[in-house]
Amino acid sequence: MSTRLMALWAWFDARMPSVAQEYKKHLAEYYAPKNFNFWYYFGSLAMFVLVIQIVSGIWLTMSYKPDAALAFGSVEYIMRDVPGGWIIRYIHSTGASAFFLVVYLHMFRAMLYGSYKTPRELIWIFGVLIYFCLMGEAFFGYLLPWGQMSYWGAQVIVNLFGTVPFIGPDLAVWIRGDYVVSDATLNRFFALHVIALPLALLGLVVVHLLALHDVGSNNPDGVEIKKLKDANGKPLDGIAFHPYYTVKDIVGVVFFLLIFCTVLFFAPEMGGYFLEYNNFVPADSLVTPAHIAPVWYFTPYYSILRAVPPLFYSQFPGVLAMGLAVLVLFFLPWLDRSPVKSIRYRGPYYKIALGMFVVTFLVLGYLGTVPTNAWGQFGPWLGEAERATVVARIGTLLYFLFFILMPWYTARDSVKPVPERVT
Amino acid sequence: MNVMNVMIMRTLSVKRLLVALVGTPLVALTLLAGSTGVGASEGGYRLDPAPIDRNDLVSLQSGARTFVNYCLNCHGAQFMRYNRLQDIGLSDAEIKDNLLFTADKVGETMKVAMSKEDGKAWFGVPPPDLTVIARARGADWLYTYLRTFYRDPKTASGWNNAVFPNVGMPHPLWTLQGERALKIETVKDASGHAHVEYDWSTLRKGSQSVVEYDRTVRDLVNFLVYLGEPAAESRKRIGVVVLFVLGILFVFAYLLKREFWKDVH
Repeated sequence: MSTRLMALWAWFDARMPSVAQEYKKHLAEYYAPKNFNFWYYFGSLAMFVLVIQIVSGIWLTMSYKPDAALAFGSVEYIMRDVPGGWIIRYIHSTGASAFFLVVYLHMFRAMLYGSYKTPRELIWIFGVLIYFCLMGEAFFGYLLPWGQMSYWGAQVIVNLFGTVPFIGPDLAVWIRGDYVVSDATLNRFFALHVIALPLALLGLVVVHLLALHDVGSNNPDGVEIKKLKDANGKPLDGIAFHPYYTVKDIVGVVFFLLIFCTVLFFAPEMGGYFLEYNNFVPADSLVTPAHIAPVWYFTPYYSILRAVPPLFYSQFPGVLAMGLAVLVLFFLPWLDRSPVKSIRYRGPYYKIALGMFVVTFLVLGYLGTVPTNAWGQFGPWLGEAERATVVARIGTLLYFLFFILMPWYTARDSVKPVPERVT
Repeated sequence: MNVMNVMIMRTLSVKRLLVALVGTPLVALTLLAGSTGVGASEGGYRLDPAPIDRNDLVSLQSGARTFVNYCLNCHGAQFMRYNRLQDIGLSDAEIKDNLLFTADKVGETMKVAMSKEDGKAWFGVPPPDLTVIARARGADWLYTYLRTFYRDPKTASGWNNAVFPNVGMPHPLWTLQGERALKIETVKDASGHAHVEYDWSTLRKGSQSVVEYDRTVRDLVNFLVYLGEPAAESRKRIGVVVLFVLGILFVFAYLLKREFWKDVH
């Protein structure tokens, strides 16, 4: 650096030393375990996708019109008449799916290596809150193109709140701002999507990272690297986040971009999974689509919703089950009684349970994309029940058993000795 | 690529299983994404694959002509500007002389004079806008739908459709295809399985032969697919360049990482 620049930096540093301090604390002298593997790319990738979504979102709002009469047309205007508009729109729509994919893999990493266990419970809780915000973002954002799926998807979700005993109908009207999904709904969803939730999301990401940097990162061995330090107080198995993990995460980001851009430029609809075909039909409050399906990232919960039978003519039990399926994630740090963190040193019970959980989640996810009669019915010898519904019910049961039985099977599971240092 | 392969191979068998569990649906999703369109029709009629080629300018221009002459009287394409048709090799002068019936300037959108109220009164439902119809229905659906109209005295318009039963639209291209009749029968084969048989017959010949008519519809559907996403071809062209650049960047990013990580033991 030239002496002039050095002098400028010294001037700046004398007046605001916290910049250099924070840089050291969070990057240059933040020591992360040296044995991060494939699964540890998804944290930085999630942040990268967040930036993508915010930047592309800002550009979309420049041409989008949150007005029931104009919204559908303004999206097509972006796709046709705005120079480069189609790229921005596809970045945002592909980014939405990418965000969930990355976050699901990030959460799965935590389950593989026990990243939510002591002392990282708060990191996990902030993470689950981020996931909630993300679900809200996706739901509010999906109404904005004002297609048939936008409209009827919002109708279905808001009606879920209508099933809450006593206050339900009033609650649904309060959310919509009208008796049906309408212009008022579109406007408030727009406000929530572009201001309220992104603010909450950014704040939560900050506390998620602050909490992480206070206790330090977990690793594939589940070993606390802060226990063994050298003479300078640097963990023996730790390496500075910058430059080591910054250069490594750049590799991850470029690899991610290769996949992201393949979808963006060659299959932006992803066969109807990222952009649903029916959403190219403008919203029509008089024509209900035959099959209303949410986008893929909500389908496991949609399956649970449909699987639970109504009680006293009320769909509320299904709604409750769907809500609990998400809320149960909060309790994961206390449900897991295993003395070890990483799956490497856990016994067969947890491995089997986690494997079954992944399969269950994927099967429920698939079933949420198809009508309940997709697999036909059992013959007369087994009653006329729909096969897909029966499988979804078994899946719902397994989903909850993974959590409910967790204190039991993790406490009784055999464990292997955990090494002193990372391998 | 390399670094990830090595990492995955280094891991335990349990983890390999978990990777497979996560990876398989992703691969399946990617494969599914290759097929466009919705597949089956409401009527259960099997859809013919549309033999379209988005780079065939002659076909696209012929489709544009059919679209403007036969569709644009009732249906609009209100988000599409006439001068965008330069994409398919037409000049502003050509557009103005040959295609501009419902507008005055080439910068206008393909709107239609018929009002929604009139459309509803005449056809039962207002004719939908066709700008993105190919993205909603899929090319195969449109290709089959436009070739399966038949005479049906039971409907208000005297026309019905095998793909879209009781459709409000009378056959718009009947002078080209002619008039046909359809007998739909449920028959049982030797092993007792019931299936539906479609028996087509010609009542009156149109001005085009079957092959010519198929080509007309092919061109029209080709144009509708273009109309649904005019940027689709440049999207793919840009995509190739982007992936190429990212591929090079990946090599350098990986080499940079390897250089830095030399001192990590």
